[in-house]
Amino acid sequence: MKDLHQFLISPLQAAQQHGPNDRIVMSSRVRLARNLRDASFPGWAKKPERVKILDLIIPAVSALPEMADSFAEAMDNLTALDKQILVERHLISREHAAKNVGSGIVLNRAESFCVMINEEDHLRMQALRPGFQIREAWNAIDRLDSALEKKLDFAFDNELGYLTACPTNLGTGIRVSAMLHLPGLVLAEQINPIIQSVNKLGLAVRGLYGEGTEALGNVFQVSNQMTLGESEIVIVERLEKVLSQIIEHEENARQSLLEKKPKTVFNHIGRAYGILANAHSISSKETMNLLSLLRLGIDLDLFPGTARALVDELFLTTQPAHLQKQIADKLSAEERDLLRADMVRARLKDVSRPVTK
Amino acid sequence: MQCCVCKEKPATVHLTQIVGEKMQKLDLCEDCAKAKGINDPTSFAMADLMLGLGASQELDPTVGAAQIKCPRCGFSQADFKKSGRLGCPECYQTFAEGLSGLLKTMHKGTRHTGKAPEALRKSRETGDRLKLLQKKLNKAVEAEDYELAAQLRDEIKVLNGVAPAKAAK
Repeated sequence: MKDLHQFLISPLQAAQQHGPNDRIVMSSRVRLARNLRDASFPGWAKKPERVKILDLIIPAVSALPEMADSFAEAMDNLTALDKQILVERHLISREHAAKNVGSGIVLNRAESFCVMINEEDHLRMQALRPGFQIREAWNAIDRLDSALEKKLDFAFDNELGYLTACPTNLGTGIRVSAMLHLPGLVLAEQINPIIQSVNKLGLAVRGLYGEGTEALGNVFQVSNQMTLGESEIVIVERLEKVLSQIIEHEENARQSLLEKKPKTVFNHIGRAYGILANAHSISSKETMNLLSLLRLGIDLDLFPGTARALVDELFLTTQPAHLQKQIADKLSAEERDLLRADMVRARLKDVSRPVTK
Repeated sequence: MQCCVCKEKPATVHLTQIVGEKMQKLDLCEDCAKAKGINDPTSFAMADLMLGLGASQELDPTVGAAQIKCPRCGFSQADFKKSGRLGCPECYQTFAEGLSGLLKTMHKGTRHTGKAPEALRKSRETGDRLKLLQKKLNKAVEAEDYELAAQLRDEIKVLNGVAPAKAAK
């Protein structure tokens, strides 16, 4: 069995991946839901059937050229910490992290493809790309799906399309999503009207970890909700249009904040720097929210010489499971807060105070 | 009128949303309305809320429908009401009638227009083309344009020859 921690790219490397518009669009993702024709959905199948399905799908997925060098494992072989790290990396859902016998994961070396097996559907295949690249992600997952359909018999109906466990995913089984960093819109108090108008277009806005989570660190996920009655490319194009508009609004909000309320902006960013660089105990939630302001400060050239990657790396390494991983002993939440503060202080040692004229 | 979420308190918040030709109605008590975050009816997706509700989870409220079980996997309507998920791909046929209303409230349309497995793509395209030709043929006959009708009939024959079994449903 491969060691997950040896396999995963380091937080530093992960933070250094670049893509178009990545100062606002942190990452893009397209996932497809697929099921086998002659089997019960994972939520209804009994354990032996789920194991049988897993044993059928893992080799089929692992044999794809895109997955040549991959980490393929049953969920019951992963520790709770491993699973939590995968969640913090946005490679699997929180639902999938709760699975055990009869569920699995196949992740490629570049972490550009991650397939969840027996989550809510037999297959949840995801293509992940840094920055604003939803079309590239769609093309990639489309190819993977076309290769896989030659080996597995997918449940498909001429009227209803790909059949999924939940009727909300029926048809294309597609979810196109992007993770956006929107501190400007939050500070300018324009985020709620934006969320409302995005909702009206039939798109969902969620927090950092998907369904039912809060927008920690001013990070929002925008995705399609409807999957039936429109083709994949129509959905991708609508998302592209809406995301481009949100990017524009965010840039405008930052610009007008700097022009109209520079003191407010400098105050937020300066305080965030002050706390992060000097705290001796800090929660993961506070860290996220302050790192978001630091990231904004870097975007606004208040920290010359400091790369955005530093913040993006800390975004990952200060998460509870990533923090726990570095220490052999089991830490309490309080101990984690101390350790987190030590780590952040050390990493910010060479970052000078924000330059504000 | 009772609140359709808690089914206890009287409903005082009434919401109607019309999307295209579809109308959705919700009746909630004040507490449930607040809990669901409905102080601004434009800010939430009705379909989201509907999903968690008995009203739409009841696939087919007619007597007898409750007894229907999927012949492949044994799944019933009560199971759907519990989880909001179906038992197996075959369930979509078993519960087709009840599902069609639900799908209308959830999605842009009720017919898949996206990708299809390559093996089925051809028969799918043929099926679509046949439907179109048949429509044209009916029109031509109505318009007494027999020359066009004959031409269309021949085209249909050829297509049927290529795909004798019409796209399997």
